[in-house]
Amino acid sequence: MEFSLTDPFLWETVIQGLLFGGVLALLSLGLNLIFGVIDVVWICYAELIMLGMYTIFFLYTHYGLPLPVSFAGGILMVAALGALLHQLVIRPILHTEPINQLLVTGGVLFFLQGLATMMFSVEFRNIGISFGSVEAGDMFFPVSRIIAFVVSLVAVACLWLFLKKTYLGTAIRAISQDRDVMPLMGVSPRKIYLVTSALGGGLAGLGACLLVMLYDIHPAIGLTFGPIVFMVCVLGGLGNMFGGFIAAFIFAEFIALGGFYAEVEWGYVLAFVFFIVMMFIRPQGLLGTRN
Amino acid sequence: MLRLENVSAGYGTFQALFGVNLEVRGGEAVAVIGPNGAGKTSLLRVISKVIPLNGGDIAMEDKSLADVPAHRIIELGIAHVPEHRRLFPRLTVEENLRMGAFVNGARSRYDERLAYVYDLFPHMKERRHQLAGTMSGGEQQMCAIGRGLMSGPKLLLLDEPSAGLAPVIVQQVFDLVRRIREEGYTVLIVEQNIQQVLKVVDRAYLLEVGRIKMSGPARDLLENDEVRRAYIGL
Repeated sequence: MEFSLTDPFLWETVIQGLLFGGVLALLSLGLNLIFGVIDVVWICYAELIMLGMYTIFFLYTHYGLPLPVSFAGGILMVAALGALLHQLVIRPILHTEPINQLLVTGGVLFFLQGLATMMFSVEFRNIGISFGSVEAGDMFFPVSRIIAFVVSLVAVACLWLFLKKTYLGTAIRAISQDRDVMPLMGVSPRKIYLVTSALGGGLAGLGACLLVMLYDIHPAIGLTFGPIVFMVCVLGGLGNMFGGFIAAFIFAEFIALGGFYAEVEWGYVLAFVFFIVMMFIRPQGLLGTRN
Repeated sequence: MLRLENVSAGYGTFQALFGVNLEVRGGEAVAVIGPNGAGKTSLLRVISKVIPLNGGDIAMEDKSLADVPAHRIIELGIAHVPEHRRLFPRLTVEENLRMGAFVNGARSRYDERLAYVYDLFPHMKERRHQLAGTMSGGEQQMCAIGRGLMSGPKLLLLDEPSAGLAPVIVQQVFDLVRRIREEGYTVLIVEQNIQQVLKVVDRAYLLEVGRIKMSGPARDLLENDEVRRAYIGL
């Protein structure tokens, strides 16, 4: 194997990694938000995305709605699921041992997977849209990946602005620093948690919009990217959205370049090895402050 | 303005207040003094409904607070500056102040209130982009009081504003309280620094083990032999 910086395939791979990193960054955003604010890990996060993908699929193919409307429906659906998950599952155990939250959201993962298998069968489905690809020099890039990348960056920027500039966003950041003082500000912590859960769900729904353009839908699809999303969050420092953003690109490049020099599976192996090594060096994550 | 009648409150099975009667009239500054563990903080916390009211009644301008949840108290014109200041350490000074104006009624007047607070505490304006957690204790107290003023309250509850501060800073904090009074706010302040606080308020209540032991004009309590012996150490 030859190493050459003028190799267009190498550059294509690097840029592919970058595009994939953007999607990973978006996927990690909702999970990080929930953890950072509510201090709960939604183990079933990827399954919410899976349900969002099905929602979009059925709205688009069975009900014949335009794609943007189907996307909006998917986002709303997962936002509602996020709020429901919080209200029904998280809230009753919010003040118990953290292990309970892992177990119970882990349980929801299998429940949702089983539910999807029963309702939709294990058949692979696809919305059947091809956006084609663009050519730059000798390099080719699928348009769907470019769209996904741009949407991810825009979503990250919008979320940042929302958290930084609005009353609600400031309250969401504040509640993660001191929950008990919030009522004195006229803020109901319950309401903020519910809104945050819906927002986290909405971000998962947006992730579903992007993934539905890139991959087939099946009940176990959550397992194919759920662990990576989770590791992106941990590597960045759970709850630290900026850290997660950086970690997403690191992971994506590992996978892309590993796939370029060997096989795609080796990319994943390298990424996981890197993750494990990093966990020994910086257990709190790249930018994390917690232990 | 604020009236407590036979108020009992506590945490779980622990009762902190036993049949407390207390009144704050409009424009007044009133102190609640007493030793550590007397229930002073609980008194403010039950007014804010952060802890439940177990007996008696609390009324703000003749409206009972019994059924008002904690996060709606501020809408009635009561701002609570809690013990240990409780700023959001990783938010900037200005973001902390913004949180003080979270309630709907206050948002529309945010710019006006912010200008007012910066006018009152020019030092906070210089520090507006600094993270609150990186400031000194005195500065944090200033920011906490400013955050309390952001909602434009009628009544300001101050919980131990001088606690944990260096002696020089303590003096500044009491000067600050005096200025807040001059601005026309009604103030209910809880303090362990009895000698100092009695110099800036009109009236005071002495709280011991959850019961009001004594009350009267601040001057009288300051000259009362029992108070002087037990709490001022003279």
